[in-house]
Amino acid sequence: MSTATPSAPNTPAAPTNKLGFTKQDYVGSKSTLCAGCGHDAITAQIINAAFESSIEGYRVTKYSGIGCSSKTPAYFMNQGWGFNSVHGRMPSIATGASLANRNLINIGVSGDGDSMSIGMGQFVHAVRRNIPMIYIIEDNGVYGLTKGQFSATADKGAHLKSGAVNDLPPIDPCTLAIELGCGFVARCFSGNPKQLNTILKAAFAYEGTVVLDVISPCVTFNNHDASTRSYKHVKDHDFPLHDLGFVQYSEVEDVEIPAGQTEVVTFPDGSKVAIKAIHEGYDPTDRFGAMKAIHESMAKGEFLTGLLYINPTQPPLPQVLNLVDEPLASLDETLLKPSPAVLDEIMQALM
Amino acid sequence: MTATLAAPTKPGGAKTRINDFSIQVATVNGSGSQTANTVLLRAIFQMGVFVSGKNLFPSNIAGLPTWFTIRASAKGYVARKASNEMLILMNPETAKEDIAKADPGALVIYDEPLQLDKLRNDLSFTPVPFQKLVTASCPEPKLHKLVKNMIYVGVASRLLGIDMEEVKKAIAKQLKGKTKAVELNQNAVMAGYDWAMENLPDQDQVKVVRDNKTQGLIIVDGNEACALGALFAGVTVVGWYPITPASSLVETFIEYAEEYRKDPKTGKSTVAIVQMEDELASAGVVLSAGWAGARSMTSTAGPGVSLMSEFIGLGYYVEAPGVFFNVARTGPSTGLPTRTQQSDVELCAKCSHGDTQHINLYPGNMEECFQFSYDAFDLAERFQTPIFVVTDLDLGMQNWSSKPFAYPTKPYDRGKVLNQQQLAEIKDWGRYKDVDGDGICYRSLPGTPGGKGAYFTRGSGHNDYAQYSEKPEDYVAVVDRLKRKYETAKTHVPKPVFRNLGSDKGVLAFGSSDPAVIEAQDILAAAGLKTDYLRLRALPFTAEVDAFVKAKQVVYVVEQNRDGQLANIFRETYPEFATKFKSVLHYDGYAIDAKCIVDQITAFEQK
Repeated sequence: MSTATPSAPNTPAAPTNKLGFTKQDYVGSKSTLCAGCGHDAITAQIINAAFESSIEGYRVTKYSGIGCSSKTPAYFMNQGWGFNSVHGRMPSIATGASLANRNLINIGVSGDGDSMSIGMGQFVHAVRRNIPMIYIIEDNGVYGLTKGQFSATADKGAHLKSGAVNDLPPIDPCTLAIELGCGFVARCFSGNPKQLNTILKAAFAYEGTVVLDVISPCVTFNNHDASTRSYKHVKDHDFPLHDLGFVQYSEVEDVEIPAGQTEVVTFPDGSKVAIKAIHEGYDPTDRFGAMKAIHESMAKGEFLTGLLYINPTQPPLPQVLNLVDEPLASLDETLLKPSPAVLDEIMQALM
Repeated sequence: MTATLAAPTKPGGAKTRINDFSIQVATVNGSGSQTANTVLLRAIFQMGVFVSGKNLFPSNIAGLPTWFTIRASAKGYVARKASNEMLILMNPETAKEDIAKADPGALVIYDEPLQLDKLRNDLSFTPVPFQKLVTASCPEPKLHKLVKNMIYVGVASRLLGIDMEEVKKAIAKQLKGKTKAVELNQNAVMAGYDWAMENLPDQDQVKVVRDNKTQGLIIVDGNEACALGALFAGVTVVGWYPITPASSLVETFIEYAEEYRKDPKTGKSTVAIVQMEDELASAGVVLSAGWAGARSMTSTAGPGVSLMSEFIGLGYYVEAPGVFFNVARTGPSTGLPTRTQQSDVELCAKCSHGDTQHINLYPGNMEECFQFSYDAFDLAERFQTPIFVVTDLDLGMQNWSSKPFAYPTKPYDRGKVLNQQQLAEIKDWGRYKDVDGDGICYRSLPGTPGGKGAYFTRGSGHNDYAQYSEKPEDYVAVVDRLKRKYETAKTHVPKPVFRNLGSDKGVLAFGSSDPAVIEAQDILAAAGLKTDYLRLRALPFTAEVDAFVKAKQVVYVVEQNRDGQLANIFRETYPEFATKFKSVLHYDGYAIDAKCIVDQITAFEQK
């Protein structure tokens, strides 16, 4: 990352993207999270991916619930509108706004506490409806903001700093999302910025719900030696499935994707994801195969990371509802208000 | 016309009740009785007589007792009447109890095998061989259960003197277009009518005589009226969850939207309707859609409002618009889901934790259900806040006659929304800055191009610039401004309506209590007690309400709940007049009737 400050003389101009924006145009307010928090690394990659994908900031809406993760929408893309709502209810906030204006680029940031416990119902139904949004779960296995209680993604047998042991099995957001029919399911580790960056860029090009579970260690409450979500533990158990490349629709003609081992998934807008397998036999377009591989890896205490499942052709909710192309929010009275003749017709029928 | 209304005199001196009676029909739910009862009601309506119907149904799909009362009133009283002049008893389960409760002298039509005529000797019994008649008139045995109830429509029509042509017309209207069903039901009605002609003597206790009171009127229920208001208000996002008695509001809207909310050029929909997973999610959709610039709504009942209350508080504090219909039912908890009450007054007035105050609209008739639903979307966007439209099961699900709705000519008020150009011109925009001094700030909509106007909406403490703040002065500035905004609403919400007979004694009510209060006022006046009646139509209270409270020596607050919830709000708002407010209450789940109001006010007056 460049350390140049815009005010300093004789420094080279900061690079700009296709829209003419610098990376600085994609930043938000200063983070107030603990130093070293995995969430800040995710924020940094959202900024990078949005800059590199030349996302129009004014179209971005950022939604969150309650918790440490839910604070982070304030830390990226100040050009966009943010909505920090109530605990576990971010998905319904994203649903309403995305229906009101189908031109919005919707990013929801949640945590394992916010999404897998109090917000489970809304998570499940937002995924089922395939609302157009990138749904990021910043997953650390604990409730950080209330000082370190277990969350529902904590592994069975995991220890709290205090020594308390988790007796219950974890809920896995990724297999759950695949089960629910989500067409873009990925898992990343906040300590692997390259992979996260590529997946976020692909996510920006995807039309429906993207579920992105990012293992993001809590440095304050869940980074101790006995933790299964510490930086060290996750790094040692992170098994990337593949080398990923993402080519935005506008660049497709300029970029050559090497033949051979690489599988290419094409999005409706023409963007392409190039997948070069590392994990032998893993096919991210095979829903049941993906489920099997993830379950097997979890049984071994490993984190399979990368693009777990992809199906680029599922219609998002505004399309399913056959909504007009123009944002509903900008329709005016002439289109919305039926004529006096219509009211008269209805009244006649009621007589 | 008046000449035909001259009442023949019955031996013994009792006058015939012409166009002034109640009929109660007892059936089993799921037996098609709703169709039969609506046909009977509609036929009387088509005879030009004011009529109202109350369906007292169980929270069940089939097999439990249900009662339907039809009241005809030449004077136009449409409240439920506690006494019935005619009973039609089709349900063996409840027949004996229905007989025990019958008013002396009532005409009782009943299914012959029930053998009710020995139970009392002060009623006029008319046994009818329904099974025999249905077998003769309907060739398909599996349809017998459904058309059996039509037989009593025929019998009752004969006894009441209802023109059979009107009954046939009502059947055709009710079963629009279904030729076979129309024929089947018309045959059944005729079978009952013909049998009654041959076998029953004429009676002169209760009669329907053609009048001209209902010409040009419509029959509609409040949920449909509200749905139409929302249709004309241009609602664009609906998030909802089924609940009795509010479901039919959205379901009716869906039917109308199918027809009237398609872009004529593309055939695509101009409204998004999503059945959500629960009421919490519905509220989230409403508020975020409103935040993003759509006109949004949901429809629910008390249990749904309880679930939505966290979001309602968020909407109040972040200032997101949205319309929340509460078609109230009998609480607490699950309560009586298919019975009426006005027991969510305090819930909707201050829904959610912390200091919250909401604008509430209280329509009291069908025209207001339509108009206030239309207005609610303007108010939501003008005040950037959740608006409650509070009706109840009685208004929402019962049939009411009404003048046709006037076309809402007032253009939409989209409130203080800044566009790209306006945002570019403003130097120091803050989302929560009170520029105009009315407590209402200027908002921007997500997706507005130009690089200005983006802000961070948060349910946590914030300052005028929507920045996170825990500073006491910032917090107080925002909540005090919200209070100011609520004050501003006093000049924007519907004013009360009055029915003053010239008295320093006030009666105050709202919503579905209106017809019973009007009737009670007349009964009391006839007995020498004049009252002035204020019908409240909104929260916050307007200046007219202030003046009424100050001027009256006593204010009888009539409402359909146990705790006198509206009276409590009055006592809190006007502590200096707290002792003026006397509660007149009705809360058994049935719609309020005039007698209970008369009895309670009379008792207060005699103290």
